[in-house]
Amino acid sequence: MATMTLVQAIHDALALEMERDPRVVLLGEDIGKNGGVFRATEGLWARFGSDRVIDTPLAEAGIVGMAIGMSLSGLRPVAEIQFVDFIYPAFDQIVSELAKFRYRSAGQFTAPVVIRTPSGGGIKGGHYHSQSPEAYFIHTAGLKVVMPSTPADGKGLLAAAMRDPDPVIFLEPKALYRTAKGEVPEGDYTVPLGKARVVREGEDVSLITYGATVHVAEEAAAMAEEEGIHVEVIDLRTLWPLDVEAVVQSVEMTGRAVVLHEAPRTCGFGAELAALIQEKAFLHLKAPVARVTGFDTPFPYSLEKLYLPDALRVIGAIRATVNF
Amino acid sequence: MVFLRALDEKAQHLQRAGRIGFYIGAAGQEAAEIGSGFALRKGDWMFPSYREHGAALMHGYPLSSLVGQLFGNSADATKGRQMPNHWCDRSARVVSVSSPVATQLPQAVGVAYAAKLGGEKSAVIAYFGDGGSSTGEFHVAMNFAGVFKTPNVFFCSNNQYAISLPFAKQTAAGSIAVKAAAYGFQGVRVDGNDILAVVRVTRDALERARAGEGPTLVEALTYRMGAHSTSDDPTHYRSEEEVEAWRRKDPIRRFAAYLKKEGVLTDQAEAAVAEEAREEVQRAVAACEAAPPVPPESLVEDVYAEMPWHLKEQQEWIRIPVKG
Ligand SMILES: Cc1ncc(C[n+]2csc(CCOP(=O)(O)OP(=O)(O)O)c2C)c(N)n1
Repeated sequence: MATMTLVQAIHDALALEMERDPRVVLLGEDIGKNGGVFRATEGLWARFGSDRVIDTPLAEAGIVGMAIGMSLSGLRPVAEIQFVDFIYPAFDQIVSELAKFRYRSAGQFTAPVVIRTPSGGGIKGGHYHSQSPEAYFIHTAGLKVVMPSTPADGKGLLAAAMRDPDPVIFLEPKALYRTAKGEVPEGDYTVPLGKARVVREGEDVSLITYGATVHVAEEAAAMAEEEGIHVEVIDLRTLWPLDVEAVVQSVEMTGRAVVLHEAPRTCGFGAELAALIQEKAFLHLKAPVARVTGFDTPFPYSLEKLYLPDALRVIGAIRATVNF
Repeated sequence: MVFLRALDEKAQHLQRAGRIGFYIGAAGQEAAEIGSGFALRKGDWMFPSYREHGAALMHGYPLSSLVGQLFGNSADATKGRQMPNHWCDRSARVVSVSSPVATQLPQAVGVAYAAKLGGEKSAVIAYFGDGGSSTGEFHVAMNFAGVFKTPNVFFCSNNQYAISLPFAKQTAAGSIAVKAAAYGFQGVRVDGNDILAVVRVTRDALERARAGEGPTLVEALTYRMGAHSTSDDPTHYRSEEEVEAWRRKDPIRRFAAYLKKEGVLTDQAEAAVAEEAREEVQRAVAACEAAPPVPPESLVEDVYAEMPWHLKEQQEWIRIPVKG
């Protein structure tokens, strides 16, 4: 095993899949000679050529629309949207087109496109380089939504996404690109989509989260441990389709759930998680499901630290749930 | 131009020292910025992109607000909401900058339409880059402006690059200006490093707009001498020889040489202007940097005209942080 950062692990998955499958093509802004603004595609242009690592004009609707067309003819395009905040010009192509091809043609046409894009805050990027729009995509039937929190998952989930028969929105927590380091299996390696990971076991409270806040959750769980509260931390990895069994099983055991994400609260994915837990594990609950989230405001520049959930806010919710 | 160069140098320095988070420079493009800004009249509207602080200053945007915005503290009239380089000033009719490229262009058509409707003799200038000309919004705006014959000037600072992508990767047309023909109005290409030519062309376009003769697309051919932003490393994608060739066409040196030849400028006067510019920038920085941070409670202000219940609730969590 090699130790890698998240961005290196993503690069590794892209390089290996391009090697393994000649149908794989990458397209996006600045991904060629420049290797992507986060360097995820560094060296791939020189290695695989400009027919397979395609620098496009600055037009997200063009990138996604073109990727759809390539996928309809059997290629396996991986589109990079430079920051998820700039995905909205392509939103129509994603939600009205990409997500609908299989259903509207009863399976005659499919569009197995992967859209990779840096997501979330924590890098002092201000409003337009920090958003967490996963709920829009989860809300759209036909899309799979994935977010890794470790380098190993970054590699394994991306490779799985690139082999998946359906379109996948692959959200990369940019705050972790260089801060998350870990062991990554060498060579061919996949992590199945739709399977959550128990990060840490505990029998008092289930703390359910994904992406960058997995690390916040671990910190809060360690603090809770000192108070004698044993927290089970679950990293969803694939947000949709959800590993609902993993969530329900854990909550049935602990009887308490805290859901945590940095996206805004109202109609955030946490609301869906709370509703599902309430539907499927109601009689096991000893306290209402608590939500720790970002605020219902546009993402702020100067008050970023305040906006993002930290371990203190999470421990507050854990205590409130335990003492209910 | 000299002042803008001094401001840029200082801001880059502040960023490298970690005193501001980010900066986008305009070195090399001063003639396009200052020349076009100079051509505006009070009452005209400006839709800048993130690189047009020079033009904004020419149009009455106060230096103290500009520098305050860089610090994102309480000296920032926009409460630290956005990253540096995202200015606005209602009283100067400088509209708030957004990061997503070219979104301002159709909005500028709306303002121009309203001016026409209200019988106002003002014009609307909207700035964008060569990359911006690839977006859907550019084409939409041009088409609407042509159809409604609005008093718009679309000012493209063609600085040869959109981050790493050279101009040839944005369009096969060889020129932005020619695109106007397809939308039924005039396009003009101007040497963007010649301030007098820029003033002339922009002034003519603005005059035509005010006289009810419809929109103009101006393409100012120039060069971004520095990095795209403080997060960018241009050595990945362009050669030092290329930069050097453009450095010889530096708009400041060029205009100074002309003025000296005409006997209007002396070496001493030139040095004095540069010194004065540095001092003024320094004073503004000292005044703004000392301001206190924005208050945490302001996080949830200005989302709506009146604060709804859920934001009042969320404001309470800021006051008692661990309730989450
Ligand atoms: C819609 C959108 N896509 C991507 C980006 C990321 N991005 C920021 S600036 C930039 C290049 C813009 O180039 P250009 O329009 O030529 O303006 P310049 O920076 O050269 O002044 C890119 C790709 C963005 N801000 N908005």
